[in-house]
Amino acid sequence: MKRLIGMVAGLVLATGVVAQEMAPDVLVRDVTEDVLTIVRNDKDIQSGNTKKAIELVEAKVLPHFNFARMTQLAMARDWRQASPAQQKALTDEFRTLLVRTYSKALTEYKKQTINYKPLKMQPNDTDVKVRTEIKQAGGKPIQLDYYLEKKSEAWKVYDIEVGGISLVTNYRDFFATEVRNGGIDGLIKSLQAKNKSGEASSAKK
Amino acid sequence: MIEGKKFAKKLSTLALAAGIAGLLGGCATSGNPKDPIEGFNRAMFAFNEGLDTVIIKPVAQGYDVVLPQPVKNGVTNFFANIADVFIAVNNLLQGKVPEAASDVGRFAVNTTVGVLGVFDVASEMGLEKHEEDFGQTFGRWGVGNGAYVVVPFFGPRTARDTAGLVLDIYADPVANVDHVATRNTLLGVRVVSDRANLLPADKVIEEAALDKYSYMRDAYLQRRRSLIYDGNAPHSHDMDAEAEPLERPSLAVEPAAAEPRAALGSGTTLAQAAVEGRL
Repeated sequence: MKRLIGMVAGLVLATGVVAQEMAPDVLVRDVTEDVLTIVRNDKDIQSGNTKKAIELVEAKVLPHFNFARMTQLAMARDWRQASPAQQKALTDEFRTLLVRTYSKALTEYKKQTINYKPLKMQPNDTDVKVRTEIKQAGGKPIQLDYYLEKKSEAWKVYDIEVGGISLVTNYRDFFATEVRNGGIDGLIKSLQAKNKSGEASSAKK
Repeated sequence: MIEGKKFAKKLSTLALAAGIAGLLGGCATSGNPKDPIEGFNRAMFAFNEGLDTVIIKPVAQGYDVVLPQPVKNGVTNFFANIADVFIAVNNLLQGKVPEAASDVGRFAVNTTVGVLGVFDVASEMGLEKHEEDFGQTFGRWGVGNGAYVVVPFFGPRTARDTAGLVLDIYADPVANVDHVATRNTLLGVRVVSDRANLLPADKVIEEAALDKYSYMRDAYLQRRRSLIYDGNAPHSHDMDAEAEPLERPSLAVEPAAAEPRAALGSGTTLAQAAVEGRL
């Protein structure tokens, strides 16, 4: 009897642990469908209410992104030159920029369907690419790929590619130029200015 | 005297050739190895932006608001169908016979069952849409990218693709329509339709870009690289990585890279299409 209870308890625990460790492609599909369902039913977001889209992104999408890694990628070699305080400032500003960009894209969503491609991964992989496709009228579907890495049992996104264009590494050249011209603080200032003006224009809506 | 003239002509031809070779070789006149003629490009970019803001975008916005989505889709499909003929030719020139056959098949099905291309029946049947042009064809024949160039009206290209563009225009089925009024109407509608399709991308780029010029350039170059590797570009997700090299090894045995290009359109529309991935 005791053994049986022990086994059942073990099973429950095991299920709990397994439930946390969701496969990366399942994670991408679940979050995407969750978010798109909300957008489909929300007239405000569809008519361009960026503020609402940002709230949605912060609630549903943000927890699955690793912004520190994304910022490192965009900074490339210059990341090491930054002090911890600067690194934090950079990550915060870059996160704000990416969240606003992503939210803006959501407000442009016009009921396209997403095709989720099968994921090929080894059980011990900690770095994967999840492929999806956005179908639309009159042309080739747009490739939309997510790069995820596994850290302490949770998969987090560290890069997104739209049609082969990495949203993160697209900033590399620009960041490098800014750092060359105005140092890391110069870059932080540019990002802050951009984010302030972005906030101002979305507040108008 | 005649020698003198001949010599002057030779000199100027040489200078022109050197200039083009310089462009193709990407010899640096500015700091950025990726963008040797950045000054020129920024000027062209500003010109294209001006043209877009004043003329093309407002017309596209009007078109976008007035026409219902199914009609706009029909127009997009109509021009995409015509382009399939041109795409088939390029696939053939690249030695990709099955793809070329598929493009011809698409055109046949869409023109008949799809009512002059308005309905994209072929895609439903599983005949995938390809995107090809002469720039891609030259690439497949082994011509390297060359410098990044912003062409007035048409927008971002590499030096090789600028040469390709000349042929694209020459071979464009719509540009070859005899009746002038019809041709001009078709060309105009196509530009507007393409531009309207890119309006959503505009807004996203506004949010994302601190410097629109460099954002578009880097997106375009990334897109080119991705096509060359057929969607599987090796990824430098390494903190120490410098910008990925743009030239790539010989294309000889690589599968066809699908070039993302809609019909010819205004400079900013193509750049934005690159960013949006619609090209």
